[in-house]
Amino acid sequence: MNTKALTTSEDLIKFRDVFFSVRGGESREILSCVSLGVPHGETLVLLGRSGSGKTTLLKLINGMLVPTQGEVLVQQRRTTDWNLIQLRRRIGYVIQDAGLFPHFTVAENVGLIPTLEKWGSRRIAARVEELLQLVGLEPRDFANRRPRELSGGQRQRVGVARALAADPPILLMDEPFGALDPVTRAEMQREFSALARRLGKTIVFVTHDLREALFLASRIILLEAGQVVASGSPRTFMQIDHPEVRAFAASLAINPGAPV
Amino acid sequence: MSYLTFFVQHSDEIFAATLEHLQLVVIAMSMAILIGVPLGLLLVHRKVLRTIALSIASILQTIPSLALFGFLIPIPFIGGIGKRTAIVALALYALLPILRNTYVGLTSIDAAVLESAEAMGMTSTQILLRVRFPLAFPFILAGIRTATIITIGVATIAAAIGAGGLGTFIFRGVALVSDKLLLAGAIPAALLAILADLLLGFLERRLRVI
Repeated sequence: MNTKALTTSEDLIKFRDVFFSVRGGESREILSCVSLGVPHGETLVLLGRSGSGKTTLLKLINGMLVPTQGEVLVQQRRTTDWNLIQLRRRIGYVIQDAGLFPHFTVAENVGLIPTLEKWGSRRIAARVEELLQLVGLEPRDFANRRPRELSGGQRQRVGVARALAADPPILLMDEPFGALDPVTRAEMQREFSALARRLGKTIVFVTHDLREALFLASRIILLEAGQVVASGSPRTFMQIDHPEVRAFAASLAINPGAPV
Repeated sequence: MSYLTFFVQHSDEIFAATLEHLQLVVIAMSMAILIGVPLGLLLVHRKVLRTIALSIASILQTIPSLALFGFLIPIPFIGGIGKRTAIVALALYALLPILRNTYVGLTSIDAAVLESAEAMGMTSTQILLRVRFPLAFPFILAGIRTATIITIGVATIAAAIGAGGLGTFIFRGVALVSDKLLLAGAIPAALLAILADLLLGFLERRLRVI
């Protein structure tokens, strides 16, 4: 695989007829026949209710899960053909509770991947400082704190900085702002949207919040019971004639005056 | 003769027995830690081995200590009368709390933390050594603390197979129905246990990482 592929208009991430089921007493299908492509630089939002398969879809991209049938390609290579460690180092990952290492300082959390990649200590320190500034945390005040000394919003900022540390072309985000209070969440959404535009990363973002989807996405894909049922830009999405789209639209209407 | 004069007159012997006791405990605990902690690390990803190891350690703990000393005597190399047998028995006894706490500490880590570590592209060895182990450390230390206190107590019985230590006074005290002799063994043993508890508790708090 050459690096040229990165710069072509080819899809950076591609799902081809992907099925995923968990084997248990009886096998349960989580995703069925999902096909989609994510071009370079897109912010794709996966929208759906709990249990619709959005997180599963996300975890298929970095090889945390492997399709039962079909294939997932990242940079034109099947995830099953990738060395998983190398694949994951190219993909930033941010989850709801941030999942910061509680025994590391903020700087150590952010600098972990560079450390594992054996960067020099001066380069790591410079990168950590740059990233903390990027996510709006003053390095002098925050670098040496531990995660428990941070607010939820600050932890999430560190989570984003950590995911960006090795400058991965892809970012996966699983309801990263889901646990934050509404004011902080709106703040983070605004800042993140500006950051995403500036960095030009390819982002796959999972949420069950339609408003968040409309605000952040360049494209929204709606999942229902493991299938893609609607897909459109924030502009066109609300016009799609599908019961699940209407159900989500109705969830906005409950709050009078909600911007749509 | 009052208790105090008795203790003062025999202070040399009591002191020597205490040192001997401490020696038994330290050697046995070192063995148990050197086996228990690495074994606990090994058990995280191996289900079959885990079941076997934890079962064996649990069974060992259910054997009455005096019987365990007895069982070991006829075994070649590690058996016989004396310190060696006692140390092996004490180490076997201390194994379960250390092994179990190591394993529990390593596996009771916030799922989100482990998920991030995996998703960031850390290898399972890196996750074990850089994430699981440091986060499990307070648990492991708590296991060592429990094991040490048990070992200090059980080591008094080691005198029954000629290993010396503070148990010597206790057994003599029982035989001669002398509470002075009993106390000469029991008080230093209790003090050792309290001291170890305080010291390791202090260490546990100091080294707490989160």
